[in-house]
Amino acid sequence: MTTPTLTEPSVPAQDLPEMTTVPETGTVKATLRAVFSTWAARISLIVVVLIVAMALLAPWLGTQDPVQIAPGERLQGSSLAHFLGTDSYGRDVYSRVAYGARISLAVGAGTVVISVLLGIFFGVLTGYFRWADLIVMRFMDGLMAIPGILLAIALVAISGATLTTVLIAIAVPEIPRVARMVRAVILGVRTEPYVEAATCLGTGIWAMVWRHLLPSTLAPLLVQGTYIFASAIMTESILSFLGAGIPPETPSWGNMMAEGRVYFLLKPELILYPGVMVSLTVLSVNMLGDVLRDQLDPRMAKRL
Amino acid sequence: MGVFILKRLLSAVPVLFMVAVIVFLVLRLSPGDPAVMIAGPNATPDQLAALRDAMGLNEPLLTQLFVWLGQILSGDFGVSLVSGQPVTHLIMDRFGPTLSLSIVTLIIAVVVAIPLGVVAAWQQGKLLDRLVMAGSVLGFSVPVFIIGYTMILIFARILGWFPVQGYKPLSDGFGEFAIRLVLPAVSLSFPYIALIARIVRTNVIEVMNEDYIRTARAKGLTERGVLMGHALGNAAVPIITIIGVSIAMLIGGVVVTESVFNIPGLGRLVLEAVLARDYTVIQSVILLFSTIYVFINLVVDLLYSLFDPRIRY
Repeated sequence: MTTPTLTEPSVPAQDLPEMTTVPETGTVKATLRAVFSTWAARISLIVVVLIVAMALLAPWLGTQDPVQIAPGERLQGSSLAHFLGTDSYGRDVYSRVAYGARISLAVGAGTVVISVLLGIFFGVLTGYFRWADLIVMRFMDGLMAIPGILLAIALVAISGATLTTVLIAIAVPEIPRVARMVRAVILGVRTEPYVEAATCLGTGIWAMVWRHLLPSTLAPLLVQGTYIFASAIMTESILSFLGAGIPPETPSWGNMMAEGRVYFLLKPELILYPGVMVSLTVLSVNMLGDVLRDQLDPRMAKRL
Repeated sequence: MGVFILKRLLSAVPVLFMVAVIVFLVLRLSPGDPAVMIAGPNATPDQLAALRDAMGLNEPLLTQLFVWLGQILSGDFGVSLVSGQPVTHLIMDRFGPTLSLSIVTLIIAVVVAIPLGVVAAWQQGKLLDRLVMAGSVLGFSVPVFIIGYTMILIFARILGWFPVQGYKPLSDGFGEFAIRLVLPAVSLSFPYIALIARIVRTNVIEVMNEDYIRTARAKGLTERGVLMGHALGNAAVPIITIIGVSIAMLIGGVVVTESVFNIPGLGRLVLEAVLARDYTVIQSVILLFSTIYVFINLVVDLLYSLFDPRIRY
C-alpha cells in the first residue's frame, strides 16, 4: 500500500465513501502523520528531541562538573571557559542547564508513571467494581479540592526534600484526574455488546480488564500523560523556586532559579536561562499534547 | 430550584469532610514528630512525653481526627506553633492582600481574554487567530515567576514605572494600593488569559455554526451584533465554568506571585508555615483554600443551571 496522505485515505474510497472527506483519525499511522503535518508540531518534536538529547549526552557536550564550586569565579559573564557565565558559587551555568534537563525530564517521566499507574488502578476499581465507587470517588473529590501546589509543598516540607518525595508530591494531585478519566471511559464501554459478550463467555476479571477495558483508555491516557509530563516539569520548578523542591545542591532548573532570585536585579540571566529551558520544554510538550488530543480524542478536542 | 440548591449544598459536605481527613492524614502520617518541632532539639525525653500527652498525640489516630474536626466545627483552629497567635487572627491579617490580588487578576484576565477569544473565533484559521492561539499556549507554558521577574526587570527596574515589590493596603490610599498591584496582577493573569481565551474561542466557534446565528445574519444584523449579542451569550455556560475553574486555580498561582512580589498574603503565610513546619497554620490554610474551591464549584454549578435550565443534576 502506498503511504497515505491527507487527501488519499488509506481505506479504499468505494468501501467507505464518507471517508473521502473526513481525514482518518485515531490510528497510529494517522497520529504519526499528524504529528509531522504542521510546522508547530514539527518544531515542538525537534525541541523535545534536542532537550532529551541534551539530557542524555550532557557529559559529552563540553560541560564541566555542574556542582564544582569555584569561589574565585563567582557571577562571571559569558566567556569561552563558561559559555553562559557562572553562578553565585562560581559553578558553570551552561553545565548546570545541561544537567538540569536530566532532573526535569526524570521528574516529568516519573510523575507520569506514578500518576497514570495509580490513576488506572483507582479508575478501574471505581469504574468496573462498582462497590468501590462511592468511597474512593469521594476520596478523589476531596483530593481534587485541595490546591495541588499547596498539597505538594506541605508533603515535601514535612517528609523531607528528596527526589522521591518531590515525585510523589507532584504525582498525588494528578491521580484523581487520571482516575476520573479512566473511570468515565470504562463506565462508557462496560455496557458495550463486546464486553457483555465477554462476560457471557465467562471471561475472568483480569482478562476482562486487561483485554477488553484498558485498551479503550489508551488513547486518552496518552494525551493526558503528555499534559501531566509538561505540568510536572512546571510544578517541579515552582516547588524548587519556593524552596520546597528537590535538595538545593542538585543541579535542577528549579533550584537554579531559586538561587538566582537573590541576584536577580544584578544578573537576571541566572533566572532567565533555566526559565527559558523550562518554558521551552513545557511549551513543546504541551503543543505535542494538543496535536495528540486532536487526533486521538476528537470529543475532547471539540470541547477545548 | 430551592431543593436543587439544598441538594448541591449538602453534596459539598462529604467532599469537605474528605479534605479534612486527607489534610489530617498527610500531616500526621508523614515522618516528623510535631512535639519535637515545638519543644526544639534540646528537649529531654520526659519533656517530650509530657508535651505529646498534652497535645493528645498519644490518643488513637481516629480519636485525634474527631477531636480536631470537633474543634474546627466550633470555629477553633488552634494557635500557631511558632508565634502562639490564634490561627484565625493570622488568616484574617493576611486575607486582604490575597483577596485584592485575586480579584484584580481575575478582572484583568476576563477583560482581556473574552475579546481575544471572540476575535480569534471570528478570524478562525487566519493570522490573528493563530497569533492568539500561539500566545495562549505560551502563556500557559511560562512559569508565573518567570513572567513576574521579567515584568519587574522591564517595568520596575529599566523603565521605573512601578515599584519593584511590596504591598500597601487600600487604607493607605487607592493610588499607593493600585500601583503596587499592577505588576503582580498582570503577571499572574497570563495563564488565565490563555485558558479563558481558548475556551471562549472554541465555544464561540461552536455556537457560530448554529441555525439562529444564520438567522441573525440573514435578518441583517451586523457581524458585531451577531458576535456580541448571540454568539457570546449562548457560549456563556462553558465560559462561566472556566472562569470558576480559573478562580480555583488562582490559589496555586497566588502562592508564587506573593513570593515574587513580596506581598504579605495567605500564600506567603502558608509558605512561611511550611518552612517552619507550623502544622496548625498549614492545615487551617489548606482547609480554607479547599473550602473556597468547593464553594466556587458550587456557585458555578448553580449559575450553570440558572443560565441553562435544562441542566439539573
